[in-house]
Amino acid sequence: MTPVQILFILVAAVTLGAALMVVNARNLVHAALWLIVSFGGVAVFYAMLNAGFLAVAQVVIYIGAIAILMIFAIMMTRNVAGDSSPRFNSSQIIGLVLALALFAGLVWMTLSWSGATTTPMPLDSRADPISQLGSALVSPDGYVLAFELASILLLGALVGALMIAWDRK
Amino acid sequence: MIPLSWYLIFAAALFSIGLFAVLARRNAIVILMGIELMLNAVNINLVAFWRYVNPELIAGQVFAVMVFAVAAAEVAVALAIFISIYRRRRSVSADEIDLMKW
Amino acid sequence: MSDPVTIIANWLEGLLLGWGLSPLLATIILNAIGILVMAALLLVLDIFLVWVERKVVARFQDRLGPNRLGPYGLIQPIADVIKLLIKEDITPRGADRLVYNLAPILTLATVLLLWAVIPIMPNVVGTDLNVGILYLVAVGAIATLAIIMAGWSSNNKYALLGAFRTVAQMISYEVPMVIALLIPVLLARSMGVSDIVYSQEVWYILVAPAAALIFLISSIAEIGRAPFDLVEAESEIVAGFHIEYTGMKFGLFYAGELLHALTIGALFAALFLGGWSGPGVQAVPVLGVFYLLIKAFFIYWVIMWIKYSLPRIRIDHMLNFNWKFLTPLALVLLLATAIADKALEGSTTVVYILVMLGLNIVLVLGALALARGYASKERQRVGEPKPVARPPQPTVIEQS
Repeated sequence: MTPVQILFILVAAVTLGAALMVVNARNLVHAALWLIVSFGGVAVFYAMLNAGFLAVAQVVIYIGAIAILMIFAIMMTRNVAGDSSPRFNSSQIIGLVLALALFAGLVWMTLSWSGATTTPMPLDSRADPISQLGSALVSPDGYVLAFELASILLLGALVGALMIAWDRK
Repeated sequence: MIPLSWYLIFAAALFSIGLFAVLARRNAIVILMGIELMLNAVNINLVAFWRYVNPELIAGQVFAVMVFAVAAAEVAVALAIFISIYRRRRSVSADEIDLMKW
Repeated sequence: MSDPVTIIANWLEGLLLGWGLSPLLATIILNAIGILVMAALLLVLDIFLVWVERKVVARFQDRLGPNRLGPYGLIQPIADVIKLLIKEDITPRGADRLVYNLAPILTLATVLLLWAVIPIMPNVVGTDLNVGILYLVAVGAIATLAIIMAGWSSNNKYALLGAFRTVAQMISYEVPMVIALLIPVLLARSMGVSDIVYSQEVWYILVAPAAALIFLISSIAEIGRAPFDLVEAESEIVAGFHIEYTGMKFGLFYAGELLHALTIGALFAALFLGGWSGPGVQAVPVLGVFYLLIKAFFIYWVIMWIKYSLPRIRIDHMLNFNWKFLTPLALVLLLATAIADKALEGSTTVVYILVMLGLNIVLVLGALALARGYASKERQRVGEPKPVARPPQPTVIEQS
């Protein structure tokens, strides 16, 4: 095994373990902290896939914004954090079976697909992926419409969240 | 080198864990965390396919960026809804929020 | 060649390869040595910073400061460290042990992480990330997380209040900071910190002074120093997030805050003051370290000056200042800088600097005029006589 493969297995184990702890944690703040570990592992994978921008953006957006927002929400719904009522609902067996079946199906599909063993294409060393990504996002031949729609979506979410959470008293 | 299937199997595992959280947990905030895990798994797939199949086309990364934006918007609105519900019901348990289930 | 770092690195690499190690292992060992040396130097500098801070504060407050131990009290910080080390280490009952112990480590670690992308002299930088600026923001996000962890795990209501304030303050001030950081990125056409330093033929503080000011203000808010020390406001929430910490765990928070202030200085120097550049650097690269440190300490001194001159800002003013003043100003600045930079393509350097400088001054003065108008209206509204609740006057019945 090459060092890169060992690194992959270590990071994957940490990420999946943290994800399992999210599902299993009784204390919600612990769940959020494990979620952060999991997000960090995914960021490492982005870096391993030569997507440096996405790796850093993952840390900024998921850890810096989403996870902290979740911790904040958990603190605001505080007496739920130390809740001793059962963690799982009545359909947990069905959920477990469905999740395992989905995992088994996906693994079977991946292994039976001939393209799954490809190794990465050599990257063009002259091309700068960040400027490529930037021009793809704003060029009319690229994804400018989706980009603008995403910004409208974010604005809508901002206003919507404010309206919903507003305490009209 | 790492074959593509490793990334795909890892993403499948992460997605399944997220799915289990969504299906089985009672607390709405943990359900949201499960959704985030699923979105992350999808993103891993998108970026892995970009890197392994066609690195000249930047589409995989662009889609991942879009997923980031959607995830951020979704979390903001969802948490606002939870806080609003918590104010009225003193609970964010998903199986107690069933007023529209009749 | 008078670049000792490169020479030592090359010598070490040759030595390791000579021992028959594989190139990959040699690189890993070299990087680990580099990280250790850098972190050790920074932490030693950190101990010295305690002395600098106390001496400077004393001067601002017309005192002498530490002057008993050693010449000019130079040994005082060592004594402080020994005191912190031998103090009893208390973990409060009901605290979340792991998170509680992790938070101070994370606080100091994030500050050290920032130095990974700051170029300290020509060709010497921890790692020349092409997304360096975004990396700085990401590390800042982890620093926020560390404070929330400390506040939550202490099992103390004041600590939790501090954590709440952290979220409100640090997340908010990240917005103008990121926009202000985008301006040097725009001018240098690169997100790498080294590229930004290299492209500064004229220091960016001349081209984008307003962005520099916004970056400085929002950085002070990020490190939670006065006037933005709401996170640990002594008179309101006792000590905020680190109320329960004693001994060296508190020491780590303290060291983290001091080093963070100097790091902000170094970042400011790299982004707006030309980093290591200065006379004679091309011939003697080691001079770059001194130039960078001089610039960093100057900004650090400005931060201390602000800290000990201004009273604490009120929490609603803190949010209003960010969302209604800094963020819109930063956005307008970004747009104006982009348009002016494009329009001035091909003009001489002098014209470029003058136009950019004028644009910044006009925009800032305009924003200040708007704020002043709003403030005077607000003052009038607050100053108006308010309806005062009076007890009903007993009607005096005339005795006839």
